[in-house]
Amino acid sequence: MIKEPIVGSVAEFFQHLMNGLTLGGIYALIALGYTMVYGILKFINFAHGDILMIGSYIGLFIFNAIRGQALGIWTMIAFFVAMLGGMAFSAALGMVIERVAYKPLRNATRLAPLLSAIGVSFILSNMAAWMWGTKSRKLEYPFDNTPIRFKGISITPHQILILIVVVVMMIVLKLFVDKSRIGKAMRATSLDLDTAKLMGIKADKIIAVTFAIGSALAATAGFLLALEIKVYPTMGTMTGLKAFVAAVVGGIGNISGAMLGGILLGLLETFGVAILGIPYGLKDTIAFVALILILLIKPEGLLGKAEKEKV
Amino acid sequence: MLNFVLLILIYTGIYALMAIGQNLITGYVGLLSLTQAGFFAIGSYATAILTTKMGWGFWSTVPVAALLSGMFGFLIGLPTLRLKGDYLAIATLGFGEIVRNVLNNWDSLTNGPMGIQRIPMATIFGQRISPYAKWSFLILVWAFVLVAYLVYERLTSSRLGRALEAIREDEIAASSMGINTTKYKVWAFALGAAIAGVAGSLQAVFVLSVTPAVFTFMVSIMVLCMVVLGGMGNFKAVILGAFIIQFISYLPQLTGLTNIIPPQFKHVLFGLILVVMMIWRPQGILGRKERTAPRGLKR
Repeated sequence: MIKEPIVGSVAEFFQHLMNGLTLGGIYALIALGYTMVYGILKFINFAHGDILMIGSYIGLFIFNAIRGQALGIWTMIAFFVAMLGGMAFSAALGMVIERVAYKPLRNATRLAPLLSAIGVSFILSNMAAWMWGTKSRKLEYPFDNTPIRFKGISITPHQILILIVVVVMMIVLKLFVDKSRIGKAMRATSLDLDTAKLMGIKADKIIAVTFAIGSALAATAGFLLALEIKVYPTMGTMTGLKAFVAAVVGGIGNISGAMLGGILLGLLETFGVAILGIPYGLKDTIAFVALILILLIKPEGLLGKAEKEKV
Repeated sequence: MLNFVLLILIYTGIYALMAIGQNLITGYVGLLSLTQAGFFAIGSYATAILTTKMGWGFWSTVPVAALLSGMFGFLIGLPTLRLKGDYLAIATLGFGEIVRNVLNNWDSLTNGPMGIQRIPMATIFGQRISPYAKWSFLILVWAFVLVAYLVYERLTSSRLGRALEAIREDEIAASSMGINTTKYKVWAFALGAAIAGVAGSLQAVFVLSVTPAVFTFMVSIMVLCMVVLGGMGNFKAVILGAFIIQFISYLPQLTGLTNIIPPQFKHVLFGLILVVMMIWRPQGILGRKERTAPRGLKR
């Protein structure tokens, strides 16, 4: 008799793999924003999760306004238009927040921008609750979401859509950072802010661009998340936290690391519940255990370089 | 109305205890901890469980609450404080959520989301201190605040306090002066957590019931606001901060404008306080307490 594998069956394994990848892809998009900002300014943008929430709301409003009635090619286009709208709004919001709440604190103590960021996060989530109510809203789906069955694995069209958007975004970002002039300037600024300034890079502009890109990615993630869960004012808090953990796991400040960390965390959560039998109620705990473990074992993260503190 | 003001003052006292702990961590060592609510919850549940299930008295549960919270503080502090301070913020934020998660799910011990009811009242010399008789409870709470203030004030005037401030100003310089930075940071964190546990005990015998829903992130943010608004590194100032924040948070009820002012208003205001204070007055209303040079070093 063949020994029963740990996973119920191969099909079930692939099922969890798919679920984990979609979740992880979303985490990865959010983690990118954290890691890029941390790479340059060395501070955790606590408001990142709330920027995600705002982007998600804006996308949802645009989509529900323009989608029309019948499902079809137009609803699909409307979906992407709404996504771009959410991204643009979040990008602008991210730049404004940076300008108003973080820039004046550039030379302050380490604690100051962190506290300011927490304040911003709190303002955003409560303003959203104030303006749009605390009731969660549902995104009207852009197309039929009947799962596609393939050899015992069922994949929803939404998961496919999420995976495609995530992969495209990552490739675009990677190309942008690696090949473009601004991307080069971003890498230089993150390597050494002062030297970059001496080389004629307008650091303030680069920081603004970094916030814009990070926030746009967060909005994308938020809008994709709206396909799977509902949209509500505090949706960004836990998701943002986990994405930050993902960024740390991958090595904070490292773009490929954020992608890897996000996907790993998504897989860990899905498989943790499905295979290790962690109760669903404690699902959110997994990320923090992962954080503590990585800080104990390899504090610089999987792809990060260990940094010696200089005097 | 008087009763309502007394209620606010009782809460001010309970929160002032937490703010004293937060001040030690954030004001003195310059570390961002976002989980006073978590330690508050641990203290509350320690008292609730020990009094209802084991028949202990309130007074014997207070040291247990303090020790338990302090121990958890030690356990989170140990791995995270070896590294840069930023990770502490995230680890503590996560910890607060985990505590609430566990309280919600560990039905056999915590009774899940229902919480624990019918906590016996605190007694002193056989006399019950009923939360309904607000004056006596007010005195109890503020006696705790006074003791905590004196203890923490003396503590930070000692070698520990000087070491902590040295770490805040320059960690590398501090460690080259022979200060074991990790040890002191973990101690500060554990002591800051312990006092929040005591506040939790008081909360339990004041409300006479505990539910996980009370211990939200909101609580941690309020405590943080108290410290930032009053003045980091100044225990008197954070008690003042506790007053102001508590009065702001009950402002709609005090002015009778609950219909006009939305419930989110105060939360937005707390957020604004953090941002505005950081930009225009990072030292807080009263500012940091000036340290006088120890005798013999005076010029």
